[in-house]
Amino acid sequence: MNLRGFGRGLVVAAVSLTLAACGINSVPAAEEEAKAKWADVEAQFQRRANLIPNLAEVAQGAAENEQAILLGVTEARAKATSVQISADDLGDAAKMEEFAAAQSQLGQGIGRLLASFEAYPQIQSNQNFLALQSQLEGTENRIAVALRDYNEAVRKYNTTIRTFPDTIGANIIHGAEPLAPYSAVTEGAEEAPTLDLTSD
Amino acid sequence: MRLMRHIFLIIAAMGALSASPAYAQPEFPALTGRVVDNADIIPADVEAQLTAKLEALETQSQRQLVVTTVPDLQGYDIADYGYQLGREWGLGDAERNDGALLIVAPNDRKVRIEVGYGLEGYLTDALSSLIIQNEILPRFRDGDMPGGIVAGTDAMIAQLVLPPDEAARVAQQASETRQSRESDGGFPFGFLIWIAFMFFFFVLPIIRGARRKRKYRSKGKGPWGKRNKYDDDDDDFGDAVGNIILWEIGSAIARGAMSSGSSGGSSWGGGGGFGGGFSGGGGSFGGGGASGGW
Repeated sequence: MNLRGFGRGLVVAAVSLTLAACGINSVPAAEEEAKAKWADVEAQFQRRANLIPNLAEVAQGAAENEQAILLGVTEARAKATSVQISADDLGDAAKMEEFAAAQSQLGQGIGRLLASFEAYPQIQSNQNFLALQSQLEGTENRIAVALRDYNEAVRKYNTTIRTFPDTIGANIIHGAEPLAPYSAVTEGAEEAPTLDLTSD
Repeated sequence: MRLMRHIFLIIAAMGALSASPAYAQPEFPALTGRVVDNADIIPADVEAQLTAKLEALETQSQRQLVVTTVPDLQGYDIADYGYQLGREWGLGDAERNDGALLIVAPNDRKVRIEVGYGLEGYLTDALSSLIIQNEILPRFRDGDMPGGIVAGTDAMIAQLVLPPDEAARVAQQASETRQSRESDGGFPFGFLIWIAFMFFFFVLPIIRGARRKRKYRSKGKGPWGKRNKYDDDDDDFGDAVGNIILWEIGSAIARGAMSSGSSGGSSWGGGGGFGGGFSGGGGSFGGGGASGGW
């Protein structure tokens, strides 16, 4: 075994490592990861939207004033479910902002409605309402988790396509564009709706 | 030799560049058993009883439930802390994600039932909330911490045990996968294949090529034998490209073999036969469950 053979082996190993590390595989993998996380986010938002008819049922025992809030919530729900972002549009920051705005409006509406129910002892003691309340709470919680997972996946993807050596493959082979993270438009919009009487 | 030094430098630089920044998350206690009583509010005899019940649950249904008390939530919301703790410990099987946690933070006066993805249909948010409101919180308010924890755990176990026929099916399935995992995991076939591949297609040809060169001084012959006899100057380059392609194929095969071998998740423990150590199976959590405070 001579030195030249060794040297050549090393060159081969190094070039091969560089090829594997320059983003041919890691960029699409990171992108698919982010898309899968986005699907989770949408599923959780959909879950929340699906709970609203139940909320409407509970609100039937309430007075006129609450009916107005309920109307606002159902409108916000219609709007929120009409704004959808497909996995291919995840790089569209403006659309993401619109989506986030619609969802946070719905979240706030639900929060207001739940708060207004505080004034009704017959609703508060209703077992169905208590169950619904915990479901809404759990859903908000899952939304927060799904959003954080999505943002983390986006952060990893955006870091991958912008840093050496993956950026080589990202730019030359994949033409990768950064994805938009989900950011809550209004402050505290990701917070779970609280049953606070002073909040309206 | 200078070339070699350059290569080492490049590899070192790549390693430095690819280090990614750490992500902020709370510090988690170690998973020391099925009851992790770091806040020290569960008496030893109650802890032993709980452990036995939780172990029986896993033997019966393969589902992992852990009771933990934490002295400090480190400023995090308990829901926020809980799902990350569940992920950190990896409770439940990696494919079924059937782990659950009962977290009590006595100093923050918060309690939470954290449910893995796969159990969200059994321990629903509403049911978790009912267990907390009806079983746990009344006892906590009376100052009976161990009683509340035991009552809550019993209610969760009652929901998580399976009907006998289904339990038998799941147990059999689990033992089958564990066996296949043992045979897979005990011996790194993927790695062996990779080593063999590298040796036969990469190391051996280089040795042979070098030896042949010395013996016959046949400059035109590289490790791969049949080369165009007219381009003996470009031969080294051609060899290198061939080697790179083969290396890539080899590592792709190795990756495939390795990932299929380990896709079942990490060690299983607990279920028996692993010497009594307890560990999570790689399950994940997505924020299911309910919280309460007193």
